[in-house]
Amino acid sequence: MIQLDHVTKRYPTASRPALDDATVGIEKGEFVFFIGPSGSGKSTIVKLLLHEIRPTRGTVTVNAEALGSMRSWRIARFRRAIGCVFQDFRLLPNRTAYENVAFALEVIGKTNAVARRVVPEVLELVGLGGKEHRYPHELSGGEQQRVAVARAFVNRPLILLADEPTGNLDPDTSIEIMRLLDRINRTGTTVVMVTHDSTIVNQMRRRVVEIENGRIVRDQPHGSYA
Amino acid sequence: MRLKYVLNEVLIGLWRNITMTIAMMITLSVSLTMLGASALMYLQVGQMKDFYYAKIEVSIFLTEDITDGQRAGIDAALTASPLVRDKVYETKAQALARFRKMFRDSPTLVDAVRPDTLPESFRVKLKDPEAYDEFTRQLAGRPGIQLIVDQREVLGKVFRVFSSIQLLALVIASVMAVAGLLLVGNIIQVAAYSKRREVAVMKLVGASNWFIQAPFVLEAMAAGLAGSLLAFGGLYAGKVLLLDGPLQALSKLMTPIPDGNLWLMLPLLAAAGAGTSGVAGWITLRFHIRV
Repeated sequence: MIQLDHVTKRYPTASRPALDDATVGIEKGEFVFFIGPSGSGKSTIVKLLLHEIRPTRGTVTVNAEALGSMRSWRIARFRRAIGCVFQDFRLLPNRTAYENVAFALEVIGKTNAVARRVVPEVLELVGLGGKEHRYPHELSGGEQQRVAVARAFVNRPLILLADEPTGNLDPDTSIEIMRLLDRINRTGTTVVMVTHDSTIVNQMRRRVVEIENGRIVRDQPHGSYA
Repeated sequence: MRLKYVLNEVLIGLWRNITMTIAMMITLSVSLTMLGASALMYLQVGQMKDFYYAKIEVSIFLTEDITDGQRAGIDAALTASPLVRDKVYETKAQALARFRKMFRDSPTLVDAVRPDTLPESFRVKLKDPEAYDEFTRQLAGRPGIQLIVDQREVLGKVFRVFSSIQLLALVIASVMAVAGLLLVGNIIQVAAYSKRREVAVMKLVGASNWFIQAPFVLEAMAAGLAGSLLAFGGLYAGKVLLLDGPLQALSKLMTPIPDGNLWLMLPLLAAAGAGTSGVAGWITLRFHIRV
């Protein structure tokens, strides 16, 4: 599903590479944590998988597509198979929960009819039934992140990328979000989560890939944060 | 639904920055008015050339002491020349009569001219007025000819004045176009900034590039189109209020501007306004919205 082969990413102004000769493969349906301290290169992996940046060396393959040789007009279609959740939610403040989720359908050309059918379903799935018409500022942090998860999942992506999704949430709310990601993973969606939240990693007991100074130092099937 | 979304975004975009939008429309309209005036003048000069060249003639003034033989020789040469369409011989008396008629408003001038002051001449119309140089070469050195005058040269001076005005209009048009297109760039930049959240989400969920860019480009094109409509209004008003009004005296020199030419400016200006604004907007986007 996802394959990084000897990937090095060097930013022009940085003294050392953000990612240094990283090789890792992720199977379909896996749940993988990328852990490590700030600046270790975790978020660089998310950007590489989204094709927001290109590796300096090495190849990135997602959904059997080599990203290095991908034409720019293909990128948009490629991203439709990937859902993405961030620490800062990235919701549109002037749109309701329903509209935020529907926006993701609207801009890739789905009809209103599709949105009316699918959006309430997915909002129900993330536990926001009845709150469709609230604006982001009327929702708690956890609820906002649920909206973001609903938006990421509404297109039924093959892969869900989560970049520190619990970074702005209290421990209890974080656990709720993790349950939600776990449910999504059980539907067959591959989940890749970048985090430095040790409690969550230790509770979930899923595959852990640890990065330090851009190098992969550990890859454990049922790992803990340690 | 996508179309509705795009059009809605265009309207919101134009309204969001309305003062800037108006400034851009005015600047573009001034530029396009100049462009239109210049294009009209170009068409006009072409039309006037056709009009005047049809009437133009070459005058061959003969010397005082020309012999009958020399005169007959010139006449024969003109008759034989393939360049000549028409020729008329004018005696001194006829020249005087014509002079008196032409300057009947200035009796002192008329009185000052004695019957034998004006030379006799051949008035020749050429098949192709541009073939003047070849024609003079054919006659060069023939005895009895004092001077060959081409009226085209006089007209040439008039046309050069028109060309200079046309060039000036084009220069003003280009300078204003630069200002207008910079405003387009600025408007698109502001629009892209105020919609940065939407754009980021659109890219994230895989909206196609054209879908992200279309509202911005259409916004620029709509403003450019509005500018071109203003410019056309300006040209139309200019013709009705100035050329058909106080400046009507000019139309004795200029042939009238046909309405067809004026209406031709509408699609021309619309295409130029919408096209350049759209391209300027699109280029600005290339710098502000990356995939």
